Amino acid sequence: MAGQEQKSSQSRDENEDVDPGTPAPAPAAPQASEATEGVDDLLDEIDGVLESNAEEFVRGFVQKGGQ
Amino acid sequence: MPSSERGSEGLPVGGALRVMGSETEYGIHAPATPGANATYLSSQVIAAYAKLTRERLHASPGAGWDYTDETPLRDARGWSVRRNQAHPDLLTDLEPVLTAEGVALAHGPSELELDGDQEPALMNLVLGNGARLYVDHAHPEYSSPEVTNPLDAVLWDSAGDAVVLTAVRALSSDSERGPINLYKNNTDGKGASYGSHENYLVPRAVPFTDLVRGLTPFFVTRQLVCGAGRVGIGQDGRTPGYQVSQRADFFEAEVGLETTMRRPIINTRDEPHALADKYRRLHVIVGDANCSHVANYLKFGTTALVLSLIEAGAAPEIEVHEPVGAMHRLSHDTDLRETVRLLDGRRLTGLEVQWMYLEAAAKLAADAGVAAEHGGDGHTAMVLRLWERALTDLDADLDAAAGYVEWAAKRRVLEGYRARDGLDWNDARLGLIDIQWSDVRPERGLASRLIAKGSLERLVEDRDIARAAIDPPSDTRAWFRGKSIQRFPANVASASWDSVVFSPPGSYRLQRVPTREPLRGTRALTEPLFEGHKDIQGFLDALLGERHT
Repeated sequence: MAGQEQKSSQSRDENEDVDPGTPAPAPAAPQASEATEGVDDLLDEIDGVLESNAEEFVRGFVQKGGQ
Repeated sequence: MPSSERGSEGLPVGGALRVMGSETEYGIHAPATPGANATYLSSQVIAAYAKLTRERLHASPGAGWDYTDETPLRDARGWSVRRNQAHPDLLTDLEPVLTAEGVALAHGPSELELDGDQEPALMNLVLGNGARLYVDHAHPEYSSPEVTNPLDAVLWDSAGDAVVLTAVRALSSDSERGPINLYKNNTDGKGASYGSHENYLVPRAVPFTDLVRGLTPFFVTRQLVCGAGRVGIGQDGRTPGYQVSQRADFFEAEVGLETTMRRPIINTRDEPHALADKYRRLHVIVGDANCSHVANYLKFGTTALVLSLIEAGAAPEIEVHEPVGAMHRLSHDTDLRETVRLLDGRRLTGLEVQWMYLEAAAKLAADAGVAAEHGGDGHTAMVLRLWERALTDLDADLDAAAGYVEWAAKRRVLEGYRARDGLDWNDARLGLIDIQWSDVRPERGLASRLIAKGSLERLVEDRDIARAAIDPPSDTRAWFRGKSIQRFPANVASASWDSVVFSPPGSYRLQRVPTREPLRGTRALTEPLFEGHKDIQGFLDALLGERHT
């Protein structure tokens, strides 16, 4: 879980201070470009945690309807 | 600087502040026991959390979870106390009658006992953070405490994920049944859907027809910003492909009362859980459950802004031709070129409709002074800024949008797999990715992995989420509810959105405290009472006795 603390794009205090009487174009998410370059990296990571039998898992994920 | 006008709720009007809350029905899956009864499994989640809470409270000195005097079951339904038994601050001039939907905290000791073979179904729990955790249909549902702004809505909605994760962990070691896993999504891809709802407090004086007219074009297009993405087209997902929204295909009507069949874009359930002649509770069922913080934030924030537009008579005057079909078509076109036809003959893309709403909301907020640098309401400016960023990126830079727009983020992963491994849309691995995206376990949930990695933007910190899973928001009646349960767990017989029922020690009489004003019962109003009276008797004497003075 420690890894989840590493990225703090905006803290609450900063958010409350931001201006925009008229909304100004916001900076793009700082991670976006890195993330694009790192799609392969991302897939490698996901490969490592995906449930092992996709076919069986998807077939077995049956829900009752709700609201 | 115009000083912000305050509405009947007591919050500045014209912006994104409003009493609101979320409801999340989690998908539930016990892989080792296929075919297990989903309602039973759901009740195990509630019971596991109840047990953990009891253990935690036992661990704190003086805060026992003692149900020994609670038998037989005290069901709050149909029972009422004289109105002169409640604190004047909290008393309303309505006859205090418990609703049929009484939220029982205490079901008697036997129902909390998890040991032994007979594990009874625990269906209902009110938490110390003011939330409700219960079984709804065949899913565990977390209903957040009432909050006043979209950032807190995200925080206390995320707290629900943390709450159920705790239960999932506790249940994971059951050797017979195997683990019970939970998913923050809205469909199994085989025809079943379950909801994540939003609730907004709206002055009763706003005509419902205005809400329908103002909200429909907005809800038809809101998915482009807030959709969570879904593999498969159609209710049963039979047509291979990818679409913007988890929920869109399950909507079949424009306006209606139903929530489980023939679902309407505008739900007419009128259950204010507050002073009925003053407020209505707008029950929104059209949204996707969001793992992306920003998508979740914009879901609440932009909807709150649009409600302000409607209240001010300033919503864009457009009507969408055949909105149900339009909503489906927009969801199915991830290139975002699809248009909707307006009744005046114009054709607009979904994003163009969203821009109209954004521009109107920005103007109203500016006029009302709530989006100003100084003297604003502290939230509206950020909603407008992130909304504009989302529309700008969706127009021109989908890669940037994939950093926080949930359906775009999910699509990036899916397209990555398709490109790398040459998968068709009906490949089971893509279906698996869609489901596992929302697994509440952070080591398994793909959205959580992306947030941890920094490739899906974070708005609220884990430590704040953890705190919100324990503590109520300070600025609504949820504070009184949550603190009452935290401080006097053995003496709160039941609680609901609009009441807390105390069971004084040594007495069979219950004391019901109505909480029908959502902005009363706040920390500012009731903390002195809690601070001044550490024992239940003194607390109740002070709470109920003041009427005699």
